[in-house]
Amino acid sequence: MSDPLLAVDGLRIGFGPAKDGAEAVRGVGFTLEAGKVLGIVGESGSGKSLTMMALLQLLPGQARCSGSARFRGKELIGMRKSEIRHLRGKDIGCVFQDPLSAFNPVKTIGDQIVEAIRLHDRRISRRAAMKEAEELLAAVSIPQPDQRLRQYPHEFSGGMRQRAMIAMAIANKPALLIADEPTTALDVTVQAQILDLLRTLTRERGIGLVLITHDLGVVAGMADNIAVMYGGRFVEAGTADEIFYHTRHPYTRGLIEAMPKLDRPEERLVAIEGTPPSIWSRPPGCSFAPRCYFAQERCRQQEPELRDLEHTRSACLRAEELPPRETVAHAQDTGKDMTL
Amino acid sequence: MSNDETVLKVVDLAKDFPIGSNLLGTRPLQLLRAVAGVSFSVKRGETYGLVGESGCGKSTLGRCILRLLDPTSGQVILDGQDITTLDEREMRALRRDIQIVFQDPMSSLHPKMTVRQILTEGMRLANKAPAQREAAIDDLIEMVQLPREVLDRYPHEMSGGQRQRIGIARAISLDPKVIVLDEPVSALDVSIQAGVLNLLRDLQKRLNVAFVFIAHDLGVVRYVSDRIGVMYLGRIVETGDAAALFDAPMHPYTQALLSAIPLSDPRTERERERIMLEGDLPSPLNPPSGCRFRTRCPRAQALCAREDPMLEGVEHLTACHFPGPNPDIAQTCF
Repeated sequence: MSDPLLAVDGLRIGFGPAKDGAEAVRGVGFTLEAGKVLGIVGESGSGKSLTMMALLQLLPGQARCSGSARFRGKELIGMRKSEIRHLRGKDIGCVFQDPLSAFNPVKTIGDQIVEAIRLHDRRISRRAAMKEAEELLAAVSIPQPDQRLRQYPHEFSGGMRQRAMIAMAIANKPALLIADEPTTALDVTVQAQILDLLRTLTRERGIGLVLITHDLGVVAGMADNIAVMYGGRFVEAGTADEIFYHTRHPYTRGLIEAMPKLDRPEERLVAIEGTPPSIWSRPPGCSFAPRCYFAQERCRQQEPELRDLEHTRSACLRAEELPPRETVAHAQDTGKDMTL
Repeated sequence: MSNDETVLKVVDLAKDFPIGSNLLGTRPLQLLRAVAGVSFSVKRGETYGLVGESGCGKSTLGRCILRLLDPTSGQVILDGQDITTLDEREMRALRRDIQIVFQDPMSSLHPKMTVRQILTEGMRLANKAPAQREAAIDDLIEMVQLPREVLDRYPHEMSGGQRQRIGIARAISLDPKVIVLDEPVSALDVSIQAGVLNLLRDLQKRLNVAFVFIAHDLGVVRYVSDRIGVMYLGRIVETGDAAALFDAPMHPYTQALLSAIPLSDPRTERERERIMLEGDLPSPLNPPSGCRFRTRCPRAQALCAREDPMLEGVEHLTACHFPGPNPDIAQTCF
């Protein structure tokens, strides 16, 4: 059997002293096949971005990282700097939230794409690389690519800059693309264009995509699989349909119910009380317990592991007992206690 | 006090910003028209939602309504009185009737004032007796559903959601007739956002205050608004009852905007046909001739380049030469 494109197992990231420092990512694992899209969803501070930074060895220097992340069978964690440099930007491309800070402001877009191409293949002439850059801009639907190549990042609009960054990320025909909140800074019509572009790229080029976002809606139609992250762990994972239609975790359900529904605007939103835990003062037991409507005493003592349920894999001690959705909204409105 | 009463009326409001200046610094080189003739009205206890993408002029419009920016032309009529002609002193007296909540409470709350001081400030300026202030503060903090302990905290000691609740408490502290909310929840995580939206809905019912709710998130605007205006490049291109606008949008821009929203339903989402808009928003320094949307519009014809369409209709108004439902997009997708 061949290795999966990406296999992450038991990934942990900590800060501060090894003994009583804080852990921001606490044992994350998943696999991704070529041509598939994995959506990692979580709120600010859940550890979703750190997880991806760890794969690329872009973590801040003081971070401690352990566990395993195999890209086509090759271990990325602890890989030598010189070696990871060959992978990063070549076999693994990345797209960040803010393209303005990801580009060098004093070099033209064309020069930067050429640099990315020639960094990994010195045999290509500048001229040939420029030609390739032009084709790349065309591939991401940037009009008049020959002129656009000669412009600076500030001359591009937000959406165009994000397209240019995607063009650069796919310049060396990567097998894996990591996109961290690629559409968060963009308007909704532009977001639709960028998501459409990413979808096309994964399908046509067989690229595996890890899409990190805080917005469940963004991954609904795009992702094959979705993992929901909270307090440094995956609290639920499954296919997109399983997560949306058969969630067995109160946090996932909370996220779905907190989003305004365009087709049912009268339905009262259900807020999740409280705030996410800080990595420095995580509660014992389940991280979500202090905000959870269903938490019992045992939830505050024992940290649940991800386990296989009928549809999803969920880390909730009470997963099987969760009542249907309508009951929850009603109980919250009437102030009835659901812990019994 | 009847609810049919119009409390705020904006008439043909425009705002120009000077760009650059000539050598002597006496005249600007160019004028950027951020708001280009906007009219709408809001009734007591009603929420009027303003949606649009970045650069459409919605925030400038909000600031002009409060006269935080002085409009270039047009009128803002608050309870029958045109406030655009008032001088500074007269405006100051009227400020208690029209308040604002900003997007980022961290930068709109004074970092060195406790919550108690922040909430008392307005009442002090409005010459409320000290004894009354204390009681009023207790009410306020209860209304925004925060524990009394926060009164002695500073803004940095609270979470984003709590801070925004303080911003809201401050806005309602003088019992205003109108509150402009400029992206009040866009800096918050989804789970926190829902609580603040519910709070706003409840407060409005209780206080019968009118909201002008400015946001880029259509789902959020739909949730809180009774009527909605969709803005594009400084203009309202479509406006009407929230349900009518979302169920049967007539303007091609509104249709594109609605079809671009990701739905939290994988099956619908995968089968959905999207209207993809071509290109980017044109520069407001050099807006297209005729209809401002024509450069990206799938229905554009020669007429659209020549004539600027007026906002027409009764109740549900559209500024388009060829308005109508989009036959390619199934109704359920909106």
